[in-house]
Amino acid sequence: MAADYLDRLRREGRIVIVGASLAGLRAAETLRDEGFAGSLTLIGDEPYEPYDRPPLSKAVLLGKADPRHTELPRRREIDAKWRLGVPATALDMTAKRVRLADGDEVEYDRLLIATGVRARPWPKEPEAQLDGVFVLRTRDDAVGLHRRMKAGPRRVFVIGAGFTGSEIASACRDQGIPVTVAERAGAPLAGALGGVIGAVAADMHRENGVDLRTGVMVTALEGDTVGRVRAVHLSDGSVVEADVVVVSLGATRNTEWLTGSGLGAGPRGIACDAGCRAFDFRGIVTDDIFVAGDVARSPHALFGYQFLSLEHWGNAIAQAETAAHNMISPSSDRRPHLWVPAFWSSQFGVNIKSVGVPPMGEELMITQGSLAERRFVGVYGYQGRIIAAVSFDNTRWLEFYERMIETGAPFPVEFPTVDRRPEGRTPVSADFPDPSLPTHGPTVTLSGYSPADRQLVFTPARH
Amino acid sequence: MRLVVDLNKCQGYAQCAFLAPDVFAMHGEESLVYNPRAEEEQRERLARAVAACPVQAITADGLDGVGAAPSQPAGESSDGS
Ligand SMILES: Cc1cc2nc3c(=O)[nH]c(=O)nc-3n(C[C@H](O)[C@H](O)[C@H](O)COP(=O)(O)OP(=O)(O)OC[C@H]3O[C@@H](n4cnc5c(N)ncnc54)[C@H](O)[C@@H]3O)c2cc1C
Ligand code: SF4
Repeated sequence: MAADYLDRLRREGRIVIVGASLAGLRAAETLRDEGFAGSLTLIGDEPYEPYDRPPLSKAVLLGKADPRHTELPRRREIDAKWRLGVPATALDMTAKRVRLADGDEVEYDRLLIATGVRARPWPKEPEAQLDGVFVLRTRDDAVGLHRRMKAGPRRVFVIGAGFTGSEIASACRDQGIPVTVAERAGAPLAGALGGVIGAVAADMHRENGVDLRTGVMVTALEGDTVGRVRAVHLSDGSVVEADVVVVSLGATRNTEWLTGSGLGAGPRGIACDAGCRAFDFRGIVTDDIFVAGDVARSPHALFGYQFLSLEHWGNAIAQAETAAHNMISPSSDRRPHLWVPAFWSSQFGVNIKSVGVPPMGEELMITQGSLAERRFVGVYGYQGRIIAAVSFDNTRWLEFYERMIETGAPFPVEFPTVDRRPEGRTPVSADFPDPSLPTHGPTVTLSGYSPADRQLVFTPARH
Repeated sequence: MRLVVDLNKCQGYAQCAFLAPDVFAMHGEESLVYNPRAEEEQRERLARAVAACPVQAITADGLDGVGAAPSQPAGESSDGS
């Protein structure tokens, strides 16, 4: 019977994908690749066909690519109905229908949610509305920011030195634009890679002429009489004049449209099982709703079954492919999403990459190169094993460490390697900021209940 | 032609920058920057770069043998289901 249903689903079922970006498109392609012949609908609130975001803070701001031309290449035809420029506003799980902002309703047999995240705006709305204040998440954001950067601003002010903020600062310096960066933590990238690596990033900023301010918060944005931003006020009392401000304070998950639907969706994303099936609010796994990409949180065997939310390009693709496969496969053929997290960034001419989950690391060893040369591999340890690695201009080693992470290789790292310096022989504290304090754009959020903790007390209800 | 490079896979060998220098360039020692919308006259070179990339990190429209890009899906074209 179940086999009959699947057969029919594959032949003439209706699959709806909400979120027409990287994860949505790659899922659609996988569905067709695996022989799904039914109807496929992609719903996206942006008016554009799926485009690539990483270039928006790199090639685009460096003037090497047009922000309107980063559409994703197609791996194959997908023969889909596209509903672009219209957000989904509600989900009816019982009737299996998605409601759209224009009043339409779309029925599904299987639903994939890939609504991603959006940039967290400057919290004071009148200040956020000032002309010259930007966030950078969408193509429209990039078009606006790029135009201002080309117009030769007197100074750009970046709030938040996570990956995106640092990339923006780097692009400004590349073009000779004065830039100030403010970061609440002690160093750029500290939330994602810890304070030791953050100190290297801080040097990179300063040597490239960035006016880097750490350990401070922006308290207010000041406008002029015609509503253009003109200055930024900081918690240490200083005031910096700037005519462009980029708010780079991380992201918020796009789950509001699911409020009241009964799905287990909230500000931390949508929890799902390792097979990408979404949980409902009671913690029961659904059979027909799947999630993928930045909006998903899923448990990972390599990381103590923590629920990981990853804002990683490669994860969006891998998870979309797994979700699509599982959507049209019998349970015995389903696959778990066990992608080893990987991420890259490029700033100040340095190629930064990481594998694994650095914020889980307690200790760090520099196993190749040296921090001072800004060409190294840092390996993170957690409870006696290798949990992550980061490289600065040393990509070719990462695959090796990926294997180490996958096999739970011991930490401290014992083996002698080429180019290992004295500083890499003993582990040091990786120096992550207090995890209970939010940092800007950690790119990996650990949000599950760790079995090692004994913080939850379960009290059974009395009858 | 649209293209994208999986920079997790990319090892910065610069094969692509050598074969299609108008599309790919190195920025610093190891970072690759590329123009995601290559000119049509780059097709030949781009095809060679795609084929030569040792880790197959480059995906481009219509070059990997799975058909060209579909026509513009912008706007909407649905009658519900
Ligand atoms: C500037 C920038 C630089 C980046 N650089 C890197 C990098 O160097 N390396 C890396 O690994 N990753 C990088 N990333 C992250 C990467 O782009 C994301 O991980 C990836 O885009 C996630 O894809 P997604 O499809 O899950 O979500 P998204 O790309 O966020 O797409 C979700 C889509 O759903 C739409 N949507 C939301 N709500 C609704 C609704 N209710 N109805 C309909 N549609 C809706 C959104 O508008 C959006 O178009 C970067 C991101 C940005 C913004
Ligand atoms: S050929 Fe491939 S691996 Fe080499 S730089 Fe180009 S994309 Fe990267």
